[in-house]
Order: sequence, then C-alpha cells, then structure tokens
Amino acid sequence: MRLQVNHRTSYTFDPPMRGVAQSLRLWPSLFDGQAVLDWHVDIEGAIRGANFRDGAGDLIETATFLGSVETVVIDVRGTVETTDLSGVLRGHREKVPPLAYVRRGPFTYASNAIRELAQKAVAGAGNPLGQAHALAEAVGEAIAYTPGETDAKTTASEALEAGRGVCQDHAHTLVAAAICLDIPARYVTGYLHAEGGIAEASHAWAEIYVPDLGWVGFDASNQVCPDERYIRLGSGFDSIDAAPIRGVSQGRGTESMSVDVTVLDANQQ
Amino acid sequence: MLEKPIYFNEMGMDGAVRPPYAGLDTWAANMPEEFRNTKQSEAEALFRRIGITFAVYGEGGDPDRLIPFDMFPRIFAADEWRKLDLGVKQRAKALNAFLLDVYGRGEIVKAGKIPGRLVYQNEAYEKAVVGIKPPRGVYSHIVGVDLVRTGPDEFFVLEDNCRTPSGVSYMLENREIMMRMFPQLFRQNRIAPVENYPALLRRTLDSVAPEKCEGAPTVAILTPGHFNSAYYEHSFLADMMGVALVEGQDLFVKGDFCYMRTTEGPKKVDVIYRRIDDAYIDPLCFRPDSMLGVPGLMNVYRSGGVAIASAPGAGVADDKAIYTFVPEMIRFYLGEEPILNNVPTWQCGKPDDLKYVLENLKDLVVKEVHGSGGYGMLVGPRSTKEQIDIFYAKIVENPGNYIAQPTLALSTCPTFVEEGIAPRHVDLRPYCLVGENIELVPGGLTRVALTEGSLVVNSSQGGGVKDTWVMAE
Repeated sequence: MRLQVNHRTSYTFDPPMRGVAQSLRLWPSLFDGQAVLDWHVDIEGAIRGANFRDGAGDLIETATFLGSVETVVIDVRGTVETTDLSGVLRGHREKVPPLAYVRRGPFTYASNAIRELAQKAVAGAGNPLGQAHALAEAVGEAIAYTPGETDAKTTASEALEAGRGVCQDHAHTLVAAAICLDIPARYVTGYLHAEGGIAEASHAWAEIYVPDLGWVGFDASNQVCPDERYIRLGSGFDSIDAAPIRGVSQGRGTESMSVDVTVLDANQQ
Repeated sequence: MLEKPIYFNEMGMDGAVRPPYAGLDTWAANMPEEFRNTKQSEAEALFRRIGITFAVYGEGGDPDRLIPFDMFPRIFAADEWRKLDLGVKQRAKALNAFLLDVYGRGEIVKAGKIPGRLVYQNEAYEKAVVGIKPPRGVYSHIVGVDLVRTGPDEFFVLEDNCRTPSGVSYMLENREIMMRMFPQLFRQNRIAPVENYPALLRRTLDSVAPEKCEGAPTVAILTPGHFNSAYYEHSFLADMMGVALVEGQDLFVKGDFCYMRTTEGPKKVDVIYRRIDDAYIDPLCFRPDSMLGVPGLMNVYRSGGVAIASAPGAGVADDKAIYTFVPEMIRFYLGEEPILNNVPTWQCGKPDDLKYVLENLKDLVVKEVHGSGGYGMLVGPRSTKEQIDIFYAKIVENPGNYIAQPTLALSTCPTFVEEGIAPRHVDLRPYCLVGENIELVPGGLTRVALTEGSLVVNSSQGGGVKDTWVMAE
C-alpha cells in the first residue's frame, strides 16, 4: 500500500518561552515492511542538528530555538510504500538486546491486576507467539476503546483499573503485562491509515519479542498485528521514551498543542 | 562465642615496626600532648578555611560538618604499592572493556560468562547509548576502587566506582595540610607526590575529546549545584584544572554541539566531566522532570559532538551484582589472572546463597545492590538481634536487592585518639584515570573508622580520613 502522510503539530506558548528544545523521532523505520519514497520534516525557525541513528534503529534529530518562542510548527509530509508482514519487524537493524526492555518504568509498572491478567492470558496459550497473541487479546478485551477517559499521564495500572482508554493505554498495558512475565516488550509509535474501525491516524501499539521471529507488533486497540495500513516510526520503554516529539521549555507559561494528521491511500487520490 | 579476630596492624605486630612506618612510631610517641592538640586544631582551622566540608545525606545536623582528619599517615612501601598499582589498573582496563562490550556486541554474555539479565535488565544499563562508541572506547574515565587489607600480602576489592567517585579532593587536601603542618616529615621521608592528579585528570579528559573537536579541547565540570554534598570537590577540581564549573542552565545545545554561556559569548564545550547522575543529565532523553541537566545533550553526545566523562551508562559496571564477575572480565578481556581479589560474595537472589545468608546473618555484612555511602547496610557481628531481625525481613521481601559478604578483618593503622595512639580500621580508595593512557597517582583516600572496633569507614557513618603515603622507590 502506498500511504501518504500529512502530520502537523503546533505548539503555542503563552507567554512566549525561552529555551525550547526538542528531540525528534519522526522518520519511518527502515525494515522490509516499509520503503520510504519521500519524507520531509520542516520546522520554521528551528536550529537543527545532532542527528544519528540510535541502537534501537530510530533516526533522531535535535531542534532548538533561539530567544523566546511563541509558536512551533512541525510539518511532516511523506509517502511510504508498505507491505503486510503480519507484524513481524523483518530486516530491521538494531543493536539493543531485547532483555534491556524488561524493566519496570513509571508507565509500565505491573499492578497485581496486570500480573493476574497476564498470567491468566498465557496459561495454556502454547508457544511464545501464542502467548503474545493471548496477551494482546486479553488487554484489548480488558480496556474498552474510549477516547477522553484517560490522558497522557495515565499509567498501565490506572488504565486497566478504569477499563477504558485509548491506544496509548492499550500499548502501555500490553508492555506491562509482557514484561511482568519477563517477556521483552516495547512501546511503538507510528501512523495508521484507517477506514472505519478505530481511527487514530497518529497511533501507538506494542511490540513483543518472540524467539525465532524477533520483534512482532501487536495492536491491542484494533486486535490485529500491524499490516500494510501501518507506518512505524520508533520505539521505547513507554510513550515518553518513544515519543515522536519530546520537548522542554523554560518559563512559567502555558503550552498548548494541536495535532492534525491524515494518512491517505495514495493510489486512491 | 566468636573468637576475637586478629587484625593486621599495618605499623607492625608485637612491637616490631614494619619498614614503611619506621620513624613514625617515635615521631608520634614523642609528640607532646599539647603540641598535638595545637596541631589538631591547626588542621581543623585549615580545613575550615579552605572550605572542605562534607554534607551528609539524610542525617540532618550540621551540613557543613568537617570530616575528621587524623594526622597519623597511612603508609605503603614501594613494593606493596607496585602490586596495588598493577591490580587497580588491570581492573580499570577490564571494567572499560566490559562496558564497551555490553553496549556493543555483548560477547561476554554470548560466551555465557555473565548472565544477560544481570547486565541488560540492570537499572544502570542505558538502552539510550547502545551502539554508541565513546571516544577511545572509554566509558569510565575515573575508576575509584575501594580496597581493604587483611594481611601483609592480602588485599581485597570491596567495590568499584565507575560513575563519579568522590573524595579525591580529600586525597589532595590531606597531603597539602600534612605538608604545611609537618614539613620535616616530608624532608625525612621520600614520599611519592600526588599533587599532579589534577594535571593528569585534565590530560585524561583532553585525550577523550571527540573527533569533531579541532584544536585544544574545552573542558567543563557539570555540577548539580552547591547543595550537593560533593560541591566543594567539583569547584576544587575545576580550579585545580583551570576549567569552567557549570550547572545545567549554563550549557545549551545548538545544532551539532553543546555550548556554555560565558561573559564573552557562547563557547563550544568538547568534554564534560559530569558530576550528576545519568537520570538527570538530559530531560529529553532520561527523566523528563530533571531541572539539573541540559536538554539535548544526549543527542549531541550520541552524534559525536561532545564527550561525557564518565560516559552515560558506565554505572552498569560497578553494580554490586556485576562486581562478582569482575575477575571473570579480567580473564575474558585481558587473558590475565586478577591481581587483586574480590571478596567472596553471596547473591541473595540465588536460592542457595539466600539460604546461607539468612542462616548466617550475624556473621555477615549485607549490602543493598544499589546502595552506597554505608546506608542500608548490616554489619552482622556489630548489630543487635533486633537489627538483624529487621534485615532478615527486608531480605526475604526482596532477595535480589541484597548481597552479603563475610565480615573482613580490616587492617588497622595507628590513629590519634583521646587516650593517645591506638589502632583503628582503615580502607583505601585510589583513583585510576583512563583515557589515552591508564594512570594512577601513588596514593588515594584512606578512610578510618574512628570508633574503637568499628569496621564502617564511611564518612557518613562517623569515619575520618588520613593522608596516604607511598614511599618512593
């Protein structure tokens, strides 16, 4: 599938703030399921640099701004040719040992409820791939997709207790459930071309490490493994570690953000 | 009943004085009490004047309390030091090889010499620097190796400090003050100098400047600020090396590099000797709420625009659970036998070890895997039954968090006390520098447990310090 992405993120600082700095992880991953045809990230007024590919295979770049800043607009545009690999991250070059992901973080700390859910899900689920599917299914069933009930700070444990949440909550909970069983898992960000179903063009899911297959994506929100409708950007321990845009600013003002994303099938244009 | 252990007295046993201490026994014994008291107050006044104090975490009281200084030096003969010198350097080399390996191909794990979970699931293992090769492949540029002695030829390594070992300012100030107060001792004895440590540290830091640095590197020390217990040391080392002392807010990232604000405008920084923990170094990479760090610094570091000493992630080598495997690292990377021994260590995370530890708590020293400074530690033979019971419960609750070691018969060194001169237990922390070369100044920080019979030398637990002499060849 040929997917065309338009992704604009706007930040407004009131009053204007100094020391605005961002770390960007906004480039599609390089693996057998994705071929980047064109990709542009534009930020007016930014000084950019310090770019590199990290051990997890993500391209990272830094943007800073001189003086005080009132607005920052990050424009991402591009086209990616995708192939359905049933979630398997084949051909992805990375160096981080999977075990490095097995550690509890602020978002992925497993409450007793998560632990129970995880243990129950994998009981009788067979091989590691079967267990990973069972975990994703259990998490998707336990947390009903409901926008507006959780926010960016909601942890996996809180989301499970609420029984409602969005893709971020599903991904956190799935990661938490897997790592509490010592199964390596991580948070993944990207885009989704959705027609009907749960539509979040800016999307997040989880990857679970399956021996012999490597990293495999699981989208508990949609109860599928990422296919040709998905574009993968990057990964991390949780939503903060994997964030496509991670920023700080100095000052006591307020920061508001708006995001506008469309992911279209280029062949239907 | 436990027999009272026999401790090795470094000055000598049964009245015979060992060579390095020759003359010091009469020097101390013939010192009139009044003179001694005068000298002691003089030393304290000097320490106050230079401002070297040690604030202690979590103890309240006077944060500007002086760490007690004992005037009786701790002395090594040249041949004793030769072995320590080789042993410490060997260790520093192996620890750095380990770090380069576990952030690279992980050969030691693949070879089955160290369990992957101990390394990769370790809190101190930083995923963010996997695959990043720091300049010259060095992660830990200053390795503080804590040593104890139990006999004439018996030394043990208690732990390694690969992140930001503190205390080197005491090594330098103790010497300075001894030389001012007792110049004749330094005329009568040939004592190897330690004063060149700041110059060596500077050279070490210069030598790890990134490839992108053209010309003479600009070095800065990054401190969390004046409320930090080791702030004095940060400013002292900056002064001695002639480099800037900066806080996070003094640095900023622009493009491919990191700059510091100066009165003459921004200046590119090539090497940062940081004295703040990984977690706080950059809110865009680690803890998002950190106000101490520099936003974007890790991206500049990882793209080769600046060197950071110690390199982020170095802490995985000095973890107490990893410590057990250092002899294995020495064999694996260097193909050598360890010159210095480890203390036998039981990992409470292992069921067999746990059983032994719980059964023998009263004879063991138990430490938290991530603890430091003598906090969260049990010295079995010196604890009440209640204290032991409390620890028993803590260990059972989270065994993986504890290791145990036998109570070592730490050597003693003569020390000035109320009643005159008496033996007190000591340890030693030499500071090994790793850059283009591996260097070790002859000396280190000797800590002394001032309370009679005490084996805990931590300054936070009432320990003092001594000047450490290495006799010149």
